[in-house]
Order: sequence, then C-alpha cells, then structure tokens
Amino acid sequence: MTTTHSVMPFDEALERFEPVLGLETHVELGTASKMFCGCSTAFGAPPNTHVCPVCLALPGALPVANDKAIESTIRIGLALNCTIAEWCRFARKNYFYPDMPKNYQISQYDEPLCSNGYLDVEVGGETVRIEIERVHLEEDTGKSTHVGGATGRIHGADYSIVDYNRAGIPLVEIVTKPIPGTEKLAPEVARAYVTELREVMRTLGVSDVRMEEGSLRCDVNVSLMPRGAGEWGTRTETKNVNSLRSVERAVRGEIERQAAILADGGKIVQETRHFHEDTGATTSGRSKEEAQDYRYFPEPDLLPIAPSPEWIAELRAELPELPTARRRRLQAEWGVSDLDMAAMHNADAFGLVEATVKAGVPAADARKWWMGELARRANESGTPLAELPITPEQIARVVELVASGALNDKLARQVLEGVLAGEGSPDEVVEARGLRIVSDEGELSSIIDQVLSANADAADKVRSGKIAAVGALVGGVMKASRGKADAGRARELILERLGVSE
Amino acid sequence: MSLTRKTAAELGALIASGEVSAVEVTQAHLDRIAEVDPQVNAFLHVATESALAQARSVDERRAAGEPLGPLAGVPIAHKDVFTTKDMPTTAGSKILEGYRPPYDATVTARLREAGLVILGKTNLDEFAMGSSTENSAYGPTRNPWDLGRIPGGSSGGSSAAVASYQAPLSTGTDTGGSIRQPAAVTGIVGMKPTYGGSSRYGLIAFASSLDTPGPFARNVLDAALLHEAFSGHDSMDSTSIHEEVPPVVEAARRGDVAGLRVGVVKEFGGEGYQPGVIARFREAVDLLESLGAKIVEVSCPSFGYALPAYYLIAPSECSSNLARFDGMRYGLRVGDDGTRSAEEVMALTRAAGFGPEVKRRIMLGTYALSSGYYDAYYGSAQKVRTLIARDFEAAFHQVDVLVSPTTPTTAFPIGERADDPMAMYLADLCTIPANLSGNAAISVPCGLADEDGMPVGLQIMAPVLGDDRCYRVGAAVEKAFEDRWGGPLLKEAPSL
Amino acid sequence: MSAITRDEVAHLARLSRLALSDDELDHYATQLDDIIGAVARVSEVATDDIPPSSHALPLTNVYRPDEVRRCLTPEEALAAAPAVEDDRFRVPRILGEEA
Repeated sequence: MTTTHSVMPFDEALERFEPVLGLETHVELGTASKMFCGCSTAFGAPPNTHVCPVCLALPGALPVANDKAIESTIRIGLALNCTIAEWCRFARKNYFYPDMPKNYQISQYDEPLCSNGYLDVEVGGETVRIEIERVHLEEDTGKSTHVGGATGRIHGADYSIVDYNRAGIPLVEIVTKPIPGTEKLAPEVARAYVTELREVMRTLGVSDVRMEEGSLRCDVNVSLMPRGAGEWGTRTETKNVNSLRSVERAVRGEIERQAAILADGGKIVQETRHFHEDTGATTSGRSKEEAQDYRYFPEPDLLPIAPSPEWIAELRAELPELPTARRRRLQAEWGVSDLDMAAMHNADAFGLVEATVKAGVPAADARKWWMGELARRANESGTPLAELPITPEQIARVVELVASGALNDKLARQVLEGVLAGEGSPDEVVEARGLRIVSDEGELSSIIDQVLSANADAADKVRSGKIAAVGALVGGVMKASRGKADAGRARELILERLGVSE
Repeated sequence: MSLTRKTAAELGALIASGEVSAVEVTQAHLDRIAEVDPQVNAFLHVATESALAQARSVDERRAAGEPLGPLAGVPIAHKDVFTTKDMPTTAGSKILEGYRPPYDATVTARLREAGLVILGKTNLDEFAMGSSTENSAYGPTRNPWDLGRIPGGSSGGSSAAVASYQAPLSTGTDTGGSIRQPAAVTGIVGMKPTYGGSSRYGLIAFASSLDTPGPFARNVLDAALLHEAFSGHDSMDSTSIHEEVPPVVEAARRGDVAGLRVGVVKEFGGEGYQPGVIARFREAVDLLESLGAKIVEVSCPSFGYALPAYYLIAPSECSSNLARFDGMRYGLRVGDDGTRSAEEVMALTRAAGFGPEVKRRIMLGTYALSSGYYDAYYGSAQKVRTLIARDFEAAFHQVDVLVSPTTPTTAFPIGERADDPMAMYLADLCTIPANLSGNAAISVPCGLADEDGMPVGLQIMAPVLGDDRCYRVGAAVEKAFEDRWGGPLLKEAPSL
Repeated sequence: MSAITRDEVAHLARLSRLALSDDELDHYATQLDDIIGAVARVSEVATDDIPPSSHALPLTNVYRPDEVRRCLTPEEALAAAPAVEDDRFRVPRILGEEA
C-alpha cells in the first residue's frame, strides 16, 4: 500500500489555506457498572469475565440505563455550558460489526442530552472559545484481536478473537461545532482543547481520562479552504489519536497533506483516516462501497430521559470549581501574568504549583522551582512534570531551608537533584552530600584570608574605594568553598577586613 | 374425569389438598403429549425428566408443610421465545437450533418460583412473526379442531397444546394479536395484558414496543391465575410498569357486567369478515346486553390505519432486534471455511438460518428506516400510533370496555395463505390497535361459525391497566355462554 | 409504478446481511412492492401536527442504580459460541477499516 504523499510545509500551507477544525471526543465514564447492565467496568480483567446476557446481546436480554451515567453526562453538559434537554431519547445506530454484540449501538441521534455549549481554552496567552455542538451518551464496543497476518493489524489477518468486557461501558461523546479562524495555532488549539476537556473531566471526577488506556479517545476533523474562498472544504476524520501530542501532530500533518493535494489541483476525499503513533502519519481507511445508512430510530427498549429542572439545578449547584475559574482565582492569588499562566498551563504545572503553595511555599517560589529547575530537568529526561519523583512537600522543605539561610539557591538545586536521583528526602540529601552553607565564621575567615592574599590587587582596589571590585573577591570565596559559603556574610567580612564600609 | 380435562384452578386445589400428587398430574399430561402431539405438533421440546423432577419437588415441599401457591404443581407449556436455562430455546428458528440460554426469562423464573411445572416449549411462527405457526422452522402446528387447519399464530403451539388438553396452561406473546388470535381460532381464552404489565426480560424480542407476554387457558379464571402469577414490575425491563397488578383474579371470579358500558367498534366488520364470525359476535353483544350491559356504538376512525402502521413499526423494530443473530457468539454459523470474511459469514448464516417471512420483515423494516424513507414510513406509522391512542382515549371516555370479533375469519386451512403475506396479515386486523396503544385485551370463545363449525372469539379491550375489566367481562360472557351451551365450547371439539 | 425495485431489494439485503439468491431477490421484490404499496397509506393521516409515539405508554426516567452485579462465567458466556480461542469469541476475519 502506498501511503506516502508529498506534503506542503506548514507555513506555506497556512499562507494559502485556512484550516477549519472539528473534534469528536469519546470519554469512558468511570461508573462502577456498565451503561445498561450490572457488569463491572474495571480495566484489564481476563477476557469475557465482565459480560452478561445484556452486554453479550443474548436473545431476550434488555438494557436498563445506569443512573450515574445519566447524571455524569448532565454534569459534563453543565460544565461545558450546554443546554440540558428537557426530554430526549436513546436511539439505535444500526450497523453490523463483530465487536458490537447487538449489531446496533445504543446511542443518541437527533435528541442529545446536552447541546449548544462552549469551552474556553487558552493558547499562547489568548482565550479561544470552542463551541460545543452536543454531548451525548452511548455505549462502547468490545475489543478484537487480529490473529495471523504480519502485524496483528486487521488487514491481512486470518481471523479475529473478541473480548466483550468493554462492550457496554458508558461512553460520552462530545462534539464541537466547526472551529474556524485558528490559523497557525490550529494544532495548538486542538491540543489545548483536549487538554482542557481532560481537566474538566478530572475535576468533575466522571472519568479517569487515560488516553493510553482508551478512556479518552479523540477523532480530529480537518478541512482546508483556499484563502478568499467562501465555502469550507471537504473534511477528513482522523481516528486513533491517542495522546495530546498526537492531537497536535495529527492536525499539523493533515493540514500539510491536504494542502499538498489541493495545491496540486487534487480533491480531498471525505474519508476516515487512521493516525499512526509511530510515524505521525495518517493513512486512509478502507473506502466504503456505499455510504453508511445507520437507520437510527428511537430505542424502544429504553424510556425517554426527562431530567427535572430541580435535579438539573441541584447538579449545577454542586458542580466543583472548574479549571478555568480555578485558574483565574489562582492567577489573582498568585499575582502572575497571563504569559506566566499560559506557561504553567502548557507545562501542566497548575496542580503542582497549587499543591506546593498549599504545602506552605510562597507562590512565587513554588512557581520558580516548578517552572525553572524542575521543568528543565523534566524536559531533559523527557518525563512529564507531574511524574518527576519529587513531592510538593519536599520542595516546601527545600524552600524552607533556603529561607532559613541553611541553603542558597545553588545548593538548593543540588538538593533537588539528589531528591530526583532517589537519594532520599531533602534533609537526607543535605546530610549525605554535605550541602550546608558555610556560615562558621572561623572557617569562612580562613577562606577569606586565603582569597585576599591570593588577590592582592583586587583587595587594594577595594581599599582604595572601588567597592565594586569586592564582587571578584566574593566570587573567589564562593569558588574556594565550592559554593557552600554564605555569599552575603562573606562580603560583609571582606569589607570589614579591608576596613571599608558602604 | 381425567386429570388432563381439569382446569388449572382445580388441579392446584387437588395438589394442595394432597388428593393427587404433582407427579401424577405431570405424568398424565406427559402421557397425553405422547399420545396426541405426534398429530398436533404443539411442542418443540418436551422436558420429561425436568418436569417430573420439578413435580417431585412440589410434592416434597407440600409433604414438608410448606405453603404452596394456587398453581403449584400445575403443568405449563412455554412458548419457545421465553428463555429457559435447562432446555433449548429456539424461537422456532433454525438460527437458534439447539441453543441453550444461560439464564431464565423473568416469566419463566417467576412461574418456576410459583411451583408451576414446565412440560416443555411450544411451537410458534419463527421469531413470533406470523398468524398461523406455519412459519416455524420445525413444521406447522395443527388446530385440534381440524388438523387440516392452522391453530393461529404466532403462539399456535401454546394455543393448540391447551386446546388439545396437553397442558392446562401455557404462555404466549402478543405483538399484533399472537395470543388473542390463536386463542380465538382454537376456542380457548387468551389475554394480552397491558404493555409493561408483564416483563419482556428473557422474551426473545420481535418488536420491542409491542411484545407483551400473556396467558392461555381453557377458562377465564385460569388465565387470570396465570396472569397474576407472572405479572408485576421487573427492574430488568425498563418498560415494565411500576404499578400493582390489576385485580384480575378477583375480577374473573366476579364476572358480571351489570351497568357496564360496552362499546362496539363501528369500524370492525364488513368486507373481509366471515358471516359466521359476525353472527357469533352479534350474539355475544346481545348476550352482554341481556346481562345488563349498556351497548354503545363507538367510532375509532384511525383503527383503519392500524394494520399498515403495524406492518411498518413491527418490521422496523425486528430488523434491528434480529441483527444480533449473526453466527458470531451463539447459534448457527454457516460458511466459515477460513477464507470468508465475518461479513460474508454473517450474510450466509442469516440467509440459511432465517425463514422467508423473517427475511421479508427484516428487509421491509430496513427499508422503512432507511434515510429518505424514514419520515414517510416509520415516522408516519408512529403518528398513526398517536392517533390510535387518541381514539382509545376518546372511546374510554364513553365506555368501560370495547368489544369486537377477535379475528375476521375462523382458522383457515394450512397452506391457504402461506405465500400471500398481505392475506395473512389481515388475520390481525382487529387485534393490532390494542398493541399499538398498549391496552389490555382478551379473547374468549363465543361459539362456532356456521360455515365451518370452527371457533369464533370475542375480543374485549380495556384501558391501560384496566386488565381486570377484560377478565370481569370475559368471565360474565363465559358463564352465560356455558350455561347456554351446557359446558365449555371446547367440549364440541373432536377428541384426538 | 413499483414502490421498490429489485436493485433496492438487493441493497436492503446487503444492509441486512442476508445473502439472497437471484430467485429470492425477484420473489421478495414483488412481495415487498405489494406490501409497501399497501402500508404507504399511513402517510394519508400522518399530518405535521401529530406527535409521533415511539413507545406504547408515555413513561419516562427509568434507571438502575450504578451497582455491580454478578456476571456470567467465561464458560457460560462462551458455551454457545461457534468457535472459541483463548477465552475469546473466534470470528472470521473482519473486513474493516484498518486500525
């Protein structure tokens, strides 16, 4: 299969075309039981141990909707500023596929539970409002493993084996309206949206939103329209985008691919494309002979959902503080700039900074350590900030030691390095590495004596009133003490010794 | 008198008092099945061993002094659409040949709990689609009144089993008349409860918004006893009603119509109705009047659209409900030779496993739901459904119950309508409206048609949750007719 | 004029996963045409002002609590399967979208 096409460099693509995005996100709800039966939703169970007549679609079995899933969906809708339907129904989406036991999916069609909302996301210090078309509830499918063939892929497999543990897990689908006007920021906007959505889900506690386990999945729609054109172009839908970074790569890649085709006078085929994490490329899904006709109709086995206004009001009142509001509050409390906020957001550092502040550290210090030294180390080792082996409490201890004068910044960095290297708590690292500041006057005096005699010229200059020259002498002391000297005290002592006062 | 001629209520009392054992009663029925079922073909599966074991257990419980329900030890036959974990469940289809479900339907479970003894599973039109039981993959069932005629359908095995004394009671399901029509043409009682009054959990679905489990019996009281035994709210069925079961047994015992307003549906009658059916129906109306009921003619103008609406809604739902039969997880699998795709194997399996009527309805439903056709067909049919409900509502402002013939004709000869679906569909003309609006309706015998000497049924329709009215009126009619006939209508049937 | 063509019936058969022979297609085309012609009457009375009913009774809001209940054992779940491998349902190769 030849899948390599020429691509147009991103900047050039953006000069000639305007991208329009659309994102469809599926979130597996963290309910204890499945959407329509009492089987457990626990991840990673042995195959076909979390199945029953209902989720296996045995003859005669009937679905009954999970109240927690309905509630969670309404809460998601409220958090996304949606209108909650007064009355709506489940619908059957009919198509045959071996991983779907009933050969129809219970979903919602033209009556979604939540509609017309928005989510504000911040990109590069600016707020972009993403309009939400709908939020609806449906059920997940089983999982097929493809046997035979070269790669375990469906293509060329001899047969497949199916595990239905995942079949029937509640799935919330969140669909944006088309997002025009993002221009060069399109990839970042897509990523920021999914990041923000994930934080909203976490804050609501409705899902563990683990992209790597598939509890948050994203389909990315991209179309391009030539500059000056009035109509949007044909869109493609890229599936299988399983990390935040991939969301960004998929948008960028699809813009570059489509631009090359359009510039060549080609046409974009409306199709499903698959993203490959390894190469970052997308390949075309099998082109379908005939357009799907899902024959949606209202699910007769389930009754309409008609949430009372009182219940909705109650759920609204009980919503936790949402990420945007939280960020605004923290920005005010911490007194930081929009740019710094954006930087923290991009680095996924809010929770860490907040926890560190809670542990007693001044906001400026907490931010300085996480966004400075620790961000650098995270970057070097390629680990997300949150996964660095250090706790906010440990940082608080280091900051405390600096404040008390026991450490200076340089030593503090070495302490952090020790903690990250698994050498123990900050106090243990200080002890083991001998990182206490040298404030013992006797030891400091003897170092100063050595430095003054070795730098007579500089000492003379200071004596003659050129106080600025003291910097070199202090530097000498620091060097001789391998950074352990208290620089302020050293300066005082040098000036005193040279009989100069400021 | 032979045990097989007794009513369920009588058998229950005999067993409870210890006069006969449940094992004796069960054995008598198993003997009767062995004797006559080769001619009737009512049963797809006879559960001899488990029936006797269940009967022994009832006898043991009685001996131990445990309290027994009114139907404990009484045998029953289940339409083969109710799942049973200890015997096959086929829905009359090749696609489920030999299939054994791992769970019991709610109806099955509740009746086991009540001590009823399951004799076996009865024949039906495949997936309950049909009005004659000719659509079974396992051969047609015959009408005990005339073995050359159909026993009605789709629950024809259940009606024939009860009418031929192979079982005192049986279960059926009624989607467009599949209990009332077979009851009418075999001269017994069949009741479609209010939709949601009896659980569909474990009932192999034909059309979800219409399917209703209900009882067959040889008299109204027995039907009420069975109705009460399996009805009531079930948390496994979302469409199950959260209300008390209407007092059906009390109503069946009461059986009077004095002062009751009885509506005669003007729209039922005329072309397509057999004169003998109309004659018996008129007699029944006169009888009701003589018993003190007030007869009112009622117009239900939308009922004329019920049949076409039904033949859009039921196939639409079935096209989706039957999608699960694809040979992947259970049942028949055809053509899996290691080279064919799942898609091809599914299509071959379904082509081989489903009979012509099922295929016809699946394609009809697929058509009615297709984009571009949905509004004109399925959408319009749903609007007709609203109109039918409005007609019923208006009618029940005027009257307490509505009556009509249950079927336009008596049982027709086997094969007569076999490849003429439109003619076959007419059998449900009078029964379908109650399914579309969820109302309760019963069929009770009202005599034999002069032309062919075959039984005619009187349909009594009541409002939603007015099931007791069906039994009250049914019992009154039954008593008056039996007084006139000198016993039940069924005594006129030829002995097999 | 026919309400439904043979080609449409072939399309319906594909959508319904029914492998029908040419004879069957001919036969069903005639029958479905008759039936559709007859049931199309519903549109005569289905005016815009009438709300559709998808259910027999106008009930709403029936849910179950989010509680885990006993599942089937894998043996029970797989007992009726035409083919099994590694406690999974074995099915013929799937002609699907490449994943």
